Amino acid sequence: MKPLLLIALKSAWNRRLTLGLTLLAITLAVMLLLSGERIRQAARDGFAQSVSGTDLIVGARGSPLQLVLYAVFQVGEASHNIDWQSYQAIAADPAVAWSVPLTLGDSHRGFPVLGTTPAYFEHYRYGDRQPLRLTAGQHFNGLFDAVIGAEVAVKLGYRLGERITLSHGSGQLPGLAHADKPFTVAGILAPTGTPVDRRVHVSLAAIEAIHLDWQGGAPITGVSIPADVVSKFDLQPKTITAFLLGLHQRSAVFRLQRRIADFHAEPLLAVLPGVALDQLWQTVGVVEKALLGISWLVFAVGLAGLAAVMLASLSERRRELAVLRSIGAGPRHILFLLILESLLVTLLGVLLSLGLVSSAAWLGGPWLAAQFGLSTLPLAVSPGELRLLAGIFAAALLVSLWPAWRAYRLSLADGLIPRL
Amino acid sequence: MSLPAIAIANLAFRWRPADAFCLKLANATVDAGKSLFLHGPSGSGKSTLLNLIGGVLLPERGSVSLLGQPLGEMSASRRDAFRADHLGFIFQQFNLIPYLSVLDNVLLPCRFSARRARRVSEPAAEARRLLAGLDLDPGLLARPAAELSVGQQQRVAAARALIGRPEILIADEPTSALDAGRQVAFVELLLSEARQAGSAVVFVSHDLRLAAHFDQSLALAA
Repeated sequence: MKPLLLIALKSAWNRRLTLGLTLLAITLAVMLLLSGERIRQAARDGFAQSVSGTDLIVGARGSPLQLVLYAVFQVGEASHNIDWQSYQAIAADPAVAWSVPLTLGDSHRGFPVLGTTPAYFEHYRYGDRQPLRLTAGQHFNGLFDAVIGAEVAVKLGYRLGERITLSHGSGQLPGLAHADKPFTVAGILAPTGTPVDRRVHVSLAAIEAIHLDWQGGAPITGVSIPADVVSKFDLQPKTITAFLLGLHQRSAVFRLQRRIADFHAEPLLAVLPGVALDQLWQTVGVVEKALLGISWLVFAVGLAGLAAVMLASLSERRRELAVLRSIGAGPRHILFLLILESLLVTLLGVLLSLGLVSSAAWLGGPWLAAQFGLSTLPLAVSPGELRLLAGIFAAALLVSLWPAWRAYRLSLADGLIPRL
Repeated sequence: MSLPAIAIANLAFRWRPADAFCLKLANATVDAGKSLFLHGPSGSGKSTLLNLIGGVLLPERGSVSLLGQPLGEMSASRRDAFRADHLGFIFQQFNLIPYLSVLDNVLLPCRFSARRARRVSEPAAEARRLLAGLDLDPGLLARPAAELSVGQQQRVAAARALIGRPEILIADEPTSALDAGRQVAFVELLLSEARQAGSAVVFVSHDLRLAAHFDQSLALAA
């Protein structure tokens, strides 16, 4: 078989133009499959780590998915709020290391406003337990200070000191603006690729302050409390939307979850963010499967090209194969020669695309991570990818059997003298 | 030297059982080191006979024995190996692998057959010697075979067929693509190199004028 290897290489080199084009098609197809697989994995990881380091998310009792949607992604609304006392009681549990209250309900030009405490900036983690970082300014100090996410800053072109007004609700109804109490952008967060980027963070007290002269979701007619006097009021919130909990020991998480479920004063629900996010991913996983399906289709097109090129080359190689036969090559050598060639092209295509995808991940990974909330793109080959590569080779082998079999039949029929 | 190089007995071959026999040959023998001139009109089964001697086809009746060994008793892969070890072929044209150099083309049989590689102590030197004997310009050795003229290609093919001194050399109209003046020269060179290698020669041609150069001649009927 060794002399055949040399002949296969030289023969392939002799047809380098057509084979090169086939190689290009295979490389692109495998690249699509590999990058699809890697981006899928990174997207899944990034999604699952939209919030990390938080052991439990607590909200009013309802569906766990709904809780994750509004608490993490600010999608949809809570059915009920939580009493401040309930929050305080649970935050005081000896198992709890830290807690971050969250209040939702207002927005700024389509971006959700999150009322919270400075503990948020201290304890909130995303991705691989990365803390939030400021690119400019500071966390809120004054009552009407706002800290905005990276996307808010970029999309709205905000800089430090910008005066912004919040709208009540999602901001779609006119006349429900808190125009009398403008906020000042005090800090801008670094991009995280998570929902944090879309949030406008203000203090719980500020949320309380802008709603002093409101009742039942609308301004109270005839009552207006100017911004400079609100600090004379009690700005302790009465209710919040949800809160995040960090525990001293992760092992206590299920016991605390049960205690929260059994909380006597009001019906509450605590979810493990990782589990809930995974569930959520399952529901959007159809898209991911469709993407993978399209990638395989493109790969099938690449393989069809390979088979077409091999079949087309058979007529010009018929004499070459007959000469090899006369020198002593058997039909099985001819079979081997053709399979070897397509496997070689496939191997080269796989190696090329691995190299290209990895260098692309290496060069563009950080940018992608920031832009699309992907976790860092993997550089190494994962077990899932190995299975994918095995599938690619199996498919290539299967496809190459066809032209190889035809060459085998031809060489049997031609014998030593090709009848052209 | 007792065993004949080629012994054919009661040979009959047809492509399909429904067809008429396209080749019938009662008896033919080529002794070791001797040469046979084989002629006959088109369709007389010359190519079929060469495929039968090459062990690529098997006869329906009768037998082909090479060096005393009946091909019919060998497995297909054994026949392939036997062909590599003991036979050299030259065809009408397109003998060479176009993308290999002249030298690599000549050395091919030594790569496929350990026996033929063993029989020459220095394959590259032997290839040079053969090519020089066949009157080929040594400057062409490193050239890709595709760049050679037809006449040069036939001489390279002859050198390849003869390297490693195979017992049997089969030439299928190797001169038909050459002009008349060079045909005789080629046949003489081929036969003299075959004599040196000790190879028996089967030479197929339409051109009866060449028959005089051979030890015996055989006509195939249409």
